[in-house]
Amino acid sequence: MNAFTLTSSTLRHLAYALALPLLVTAFAAPAGATTIERVVSPGGIEVWLVHEPAVPLIAMDFAFIGGAVQDPPGKAGTANLMASLLDEGAGDLDSKAFSDRLERRAIEMNFSAERDHIRGSLRTLSENCDEAFDLLRLAVTSPRFDASDVELNRAQILSVLRRQTTSPSDIASLRWWQTAFEGHPYGRPVNGTPETLQAITVDDLKTYAHKVLARANLKVSVVGDIDAETLKPLLDRVFGALPKEPDLAPVDNVTPQGLGRRIDVSLDVPQTVVDFGGPGIARKDPDFMAAYIVNHILGGGASDSRLYQEVREKRGLVYSVSDSLVWLDHAAVMIGGTATRADRTNETVDLIQREIHRLAENGPTEEELIEAKNYLNSSFALNLDTSSKIASLLVQLQLDGLGSDYFVKRPEMIAAVTLDDAKRVAKRLLDNGLLVTVVGRPQGVAASTAPPTAH
Amino acid sequence: MRAATLAVGCVLPLAIAANGAGAATGPDVADFKLANGLEIVVVPDHRAPVVTHMIWYKVGAADETPGKSGLAHFLEHLMFKGTQKNPGAAFSQDIAAIGGQENAFTTSDYTGFYQRVPREHLKEMMALEADRITGLVLTDAVVKPELNVVLEEQYMRVANNPGARLSEQMDAALYLNHPYGRPVIGWRQEIEKLTRDDALDFYRRFYSPNNAVVVIAGDVTPDEVKADAEETYAKVPVRTAANPRQRPKEPVQEAPRTVTLADSRVEQPSVTREYLTPSETTAKPGESEALDVLAHVLGHGANSRLYRTLVVDKSIALTAGAYYSGTALDYAKLGVYATPKPGVTLREVEQGIDAVLNDVIAQGVADDELDRAKTRLIADAVYAQDNQATLARWYGSALATGQTVDMVRSWPDRIRAVTAQAVQQAARAWLDRRRSVTGYLVKSLQPEESRS
Repeated sequence: MNAFTLTSSTLRHLAYALALPLLVTAFAAPAGATTIERVVSPGGIEVWLVHEPAVPLIAMDFAFIGGAVQDPPGKAGTANLMASLLDEGAGDLDSKAFSDRLERRAIEMNFSAERDHIRGSLRTLSENCDEAFDLLRLAVTSPRFDASDVELNRAQILSVLRRQTTSPSDIASLRWWQTAFEGHPYGRPVNGTPETLQAITVDDLKTYAHKVLARANLKVSVVGDIDAETLKPLLDRVFGALPKEPDLAPVDNVTPQGLGRRIDVSLDVPQTVVDFGGPGIARKDPDFMAAYIVNHILGGGASDSRLYQEVREKRGLVYSVSDSLVWLDHAAVMIGGTATRADRTNETVDLIQREIHRLAENGPTEEELIEAKNYLNSSFALNLDTSSKIASLLVQLQLDGLGSDYFVKRPEMIAAVTLDDAKRVAKRLLDNGLLVTVVGRPQGVAASTAPPTAH
Repeated sequence: MRAATLAVGCVLPLAIAANGAGAATGPDVADFKLANGLEIVVVPDHRAPVVTHMIWYKVGAADETPGKSGLAHFLEHLMFKGTQKNPGAAFSQDIAAIGGQENAFTTSDYTGFYQRVPREHLKEMMALEADRITGLVLTDAVVKPELNVVLEEQYMRVANNPGARLSEQMDAALYLNHPYGRPVIGWRQEIEKLTRDDALDFYRRFYSPNNAVVVIAGDVTPDEVKADAEETYAKVPVRTAANPRQRPKEPVQEAPRTVTLADSRVEQPSVTREYLTPSETTAKPGESEALDVLAHVLGHGANSRLYRTLVVDKSIALTAGAYYSGTALDYAKLGVYATPKPGVTLREVEQGIDAVLNDVIAQGVADDELDRAKTRLIADAVYAQDNQATLARWYGSALATGQTVDMVRSWPDRIRAVTAQAVQQAARAWLDRRRSVTGYLVKSLQPEESRS
């Protein structure tokens, strides 16, 4: 069978997942639906737990504050390479033995690097919980970084980087971040560049792990078939041997640069890719929730957003268009993307700019505000229907410094946003000018295939 | 270390361990048919107050008339344009107003639509979806912009992506006669000519309650669903006879095919080979399950044959793997692939793949490998229980391709029963070059020796 599945509104925007914390769609569950326990182990490790015995599995998510911003100068990609190696052998187990132990029990263990964090996740059938936590302990406390594994992973990442050099969506995104945050660690690619990746030594990886993998900067959540008393000692077993304090380099707070600029990159592809964005609003800013609502109305991914309606539904210019608020530890941005034919690129970019300007000037309507609030209030549970999604959100809330009562507070925070707030914040969020990156055939160059009949 | 382990062990679950027979495909699934022929499957999951509501039409790209490729998928897009009763975007607005999510998908064999909504809105969704089975209204004013949207989608998914273009060419070469050789999204010059009338003809021909399956997973009981279905879906009249799905069959395939796609943007060459195999629906008993296990042994995970041999031991590839997806009405494919290290030719990597395949054909698989693959496959069924949408898709895709609820439920047991002998048998029978296509993704067309 043709395994090709098509969806009618897949968001290319998922490409930003690395930088994009789970868009919080609360959890104000009907009474008793889900209880979050804050569990502290004898060794002092805190975890947010949802005990859910209905399915015999356990999902654990965790994050170490650190991430690619802690890459040493000239060695961008260190965090990413380090994370890719954590499940490639640890303790007495080389990479073959380690992966064999995981596979024998169908245990899933993943690590990744984001700009601000090293993320990890573990999924296991509860009957294999002992083995899973043992292997996780080895991975985080005694990774081997054997030379052969380092070289293989380095070669695999280099292959990804080579591919990115001719991928329009990767180029658009890399150029956007590079321009917006030039001179700041956020401007460096998380994967590194061929030059910086080649410069990373095994010692760099070990040093990075030692500095960043610690207990004081660790956030953990567990969801599934395990109770608090069982979990507590396991937490110490897994993480107890890590150093208490990390050794993190200070990172400056920063705002995106290059607003008002459009950067065109020439690439011979049938469809031109466009990224656009500007400053966002910090997670802790009192205006955050208003901004979140305004952004939902603009292009937050639902099919009634202004961008989706104006650019796709009314004019058929694109297949997908959306934008998101992205909050990092040291910056906040609003960033979106779309893609269209070369000869309609200017029209599309202009239209997006116009819609953003219109919302900045006039704000949303009362009706849009009510609809957005309804949507954001009731969509919360939908995004929390799997253990992994809940676990991921619980880690994000901890990273964001929000309490475990956030689920109760969130509807109140949404309700408190008035139309005046929304109008004021629309102006604040959307009136800064945009940095736009455009990757495709230059204007005026004929496409190699005959253009379809328009309208 | 071990002492510590024993002291603070995990609590074992009660009865439902992964190895417990029958437990792995989830909760009590109900399955019934309405008088108009619509089949309804209910998969209870009471962990969150949410339901996933899906309708699967037994029609896909392989059912299109030649010359109208892309029509099934285009109609999928147009199904969001409103009905007489719920004009325009009323359905989508309703979903947005209650915080729901929706989407749709098309494959060669089926077209599906789904919503994820708070449980109390299920009946509303059933009513709206029932209305959409026969009530679609289309005007050129909505059809024409949507055609442009689909053409942009084709650019994004295929034209902009050399790997996807190779994949289209490989399908076209693998299937000599069966319509699986056509891309689901369609050939661009045929998509451009699709019209409102094409879409409505196709709609009237295939969208009917007796040609669909509804799958509802989530915080509901079969009794509630039955009652709601009587008031919604049961009122939709039968529009067409449910015709047997007869597509042209493949002739005896006698010649291995190769396809090379060159694009200056290719920075990482690769080789992929796909073998024509039976699907779960057409396979002899045990055969599809053996192919599942075979694909796992060959190419899932760091200890699979292909990865271990090509990437780790011989160090000639950066990635290598295998796949088999048996959920299809007529045929399935077993695929193997690798990307060479810089400086290694595609030919060398392909020879490496062939050596691995020949070894499995000649020597079979070890018990150890067999156990590891089966454990992983069976565990997938337990992991699926954590995601109601995954479970719903599992049942829906099976039923839309000629399987039954019982077949889905018994799948873990059938995997458990696969023997090493059956895996070797499957390798011998189906890893036959004459029924295969090999695709090369390269930067430029030049003599094989200098490719890297």
